[in-house]
Amino acid sequence: MYIELKNINKSFGNFKASQDVSFGVEKGKLVALLGPSGSGKTTILRMLAGLEHQDGGDIYIDGKLVNDVSVQDREIGFVFQSYALFPYLTVAGNIAYGMKIKKKSRQEIEEKVKYLLNLVGLPGLESRYPDQLSGGQRQRVAFARALATEPQLLLLDEPFAAIDAKVRKELRRWLKELIEEVGVTSIFVTHDQDEAVEVADELIITNEGRVEQIGTPFDIYRNPKTPFVAQFIGESVILRDYEYEKIRGYKKQEGASSAAIRPEFVKVVPADSDVEYPNGYMDGVVAHADFRGSNLELTVEVNGLELKAEYVLDEKGLKKGDPVKVFVSRLYTFDEKNAYTVINSSLQTGEIYYI
Amino acid sequence: MERKKQGMILLKVLKSGIVAWILLVLVWRFGAAFYTDDFLPGPWVTLKGAAALVADGALGTDILVSLLRVIKGWLLGLIFAIPVGLLIGNFKTAGYIFEPFLNFFRFVPAIGFITLFLLWFGVGESSKVALIFYAVIFPVMVNTIAGVRSVDEALIEASESLGANKARTFFTVVVPSAVPNIFTGVRLGLSGAITCIVAAEMLAASEGVGYLIYTSRLYYRTDWIFTGIFTLGIIGFIADKLLQLVGRKWLCRFAVR
Repeated sequence: MYIELKNINKSFGNFKASQDVSFGVEKGKLVALLGPSGSGKTTILRMLAGLEHQDGGDIYIDGKLVNDVSVQDREIGFVFQSYALFPYLTVAGNIAYGMKIKKKSRQEIEEKVKYLLNLVGLPGLESRYPDQLSGGQRQRVAFARALATEPQLLLLDEPFAAIDAKVRKELRRWLKELIEEVGVTSIFVTHDQDEAVEVADELIITNEGRVEQIGTPFDIYRNPKTPFVAQFIGESVILRDYEYEKIRGYKKQEGASSAAIRPEFVKVVPADSDVEYPNGYMDGVVAHADFRGSNLELTVEVNGLELKAEYVLDEKGLKKGDPVKVFVSRLYTFDEKNAYTVINSSLQTGEIYYI
Repeated sequence: MERKKQGMILLKVLKSGIVAWILLVLVWRFGAAFYTDDFLPGPWVTLKGAAALVADGALGTDILVSLLRVIKGWLLGLIFAIPVGLLIGNFKTAGYIFEPFLNFFRFVPAIGFITLFLLWFGVGESSKVALIFYAVIFPVMVNTIAGVRSVDEALIEASESLGANKARTFFTVVVPSAVPNIFTGVRLGLSGAITCIVAAEMLAASEGVGYLIYTSRLYYRTDWIFTGIFTLGIIGFIADKLLQLVGRKWLCRFAVR
């Protein structure tokens, strides 16, 4: 592993920001630390950077123990949530800052600034000042500044948080492509699932200072391993006290009393439709139907349960009170400690699922 | 369209602050009508008195003398107070040691020290310069310290993550970030200097605007007193405007407004 954290602990007063955090990151990967606010993800990032120091545990970068290496000497690039561009320096001055410290020649600096500005898509903006740039442009400059010293590790703290929604989507793809191009190992912090899933090769899910699960976005999405991940990922409906028994195709699983059901695994069709696995369907009624542009967000009542479902609009559409058939293709049951993926028993092959 | 244009011109006139001056002269003129010139000379009488002072060169000399003292004391104050303020602001230990002094003496006005400074530095120029120095350093230090302490922590971390050591961060992040506050201190220091030079010249001087104001009472030249007062106002006003101009021109990158 290129980056390794071993049994990291960190407290701020009584608040435990990191509890026995261990994980590794392979060279060249783009990894997201994903968790709700206060889950300790930024603290992990700051400890990696050397801006914060762990109370216990070891951090290795490229096989080297860096516990006692100061932030100045860790050779990391850090992109701050607020960009933290020096307002009194030009774009070129900002990008050149780290290179001047490394005593690069003037010519080398000039060329590198030009190269980086091209790379981040802002050619010719050398002599602008940060307050003459838009949020997205500032972010790109911050990114160029962090890359200028050719860090061995790039750390990004909520890199898109301060950018408006439309530009954000564009920047995400841009960042992913750019990091792939540069090939620098990168870790970024986010609380936005969509962002993490879209950008990262690998997710590290944090909660209350602990690492809950590590894996590819697909893996974590399909097979959450802990109750927290089962509930946190997606927009699940949570059923308690073995209520999931009432759903056709699922049996009581001793110990795992709760279940998380995601809308994308709930198939709803009008009551008069022909269906592929009639044994798995239950009769229900539409309780709410919210128009979401490309689809309907449905709440259906089935066997006394309220389930959420997405319904792709066809010509008819559905409205409140319409009778429907409902099929739940998969759900996640969980006990205190673990989560289990359960597939509807009427799906014999087990690998067919609806999205 | 025409009306709108007229409105714009009116707004411009209002914004220039000239209305205040017109009002002042009107009220002054009105008030002066009820009293003798010895008690409250009107604008015209004052202007004539001022003209006489200008003609014999007395006013010019007084202004020059006062200005020189102010500039000397002010510059010395800045040279001392800005670095010291930067250090106190940046180093916690220095803050613990020196801030109590600061918080004690900044409430003792310079005028309180006039007699003491006369005793220590004599009646010559040095006592006045020392007094101005004293008046200048506190606002400058207090504002400089505040500026250093309000530097955005993320900028410091950014600088360190780019490899800058403490000293480099201090000079390339802390100091430039504190410039707007320092500049405020510099301006306040200047107004403090002008305020205190008058007091000093009233008590112990043979030249200067303060001396002019103080001695004019002996000759019942109330118009000269008025002249002195206006001169002070105008000097301060122009000096501050000049400073602001310098700030906008040279320091705008540091967000000095």
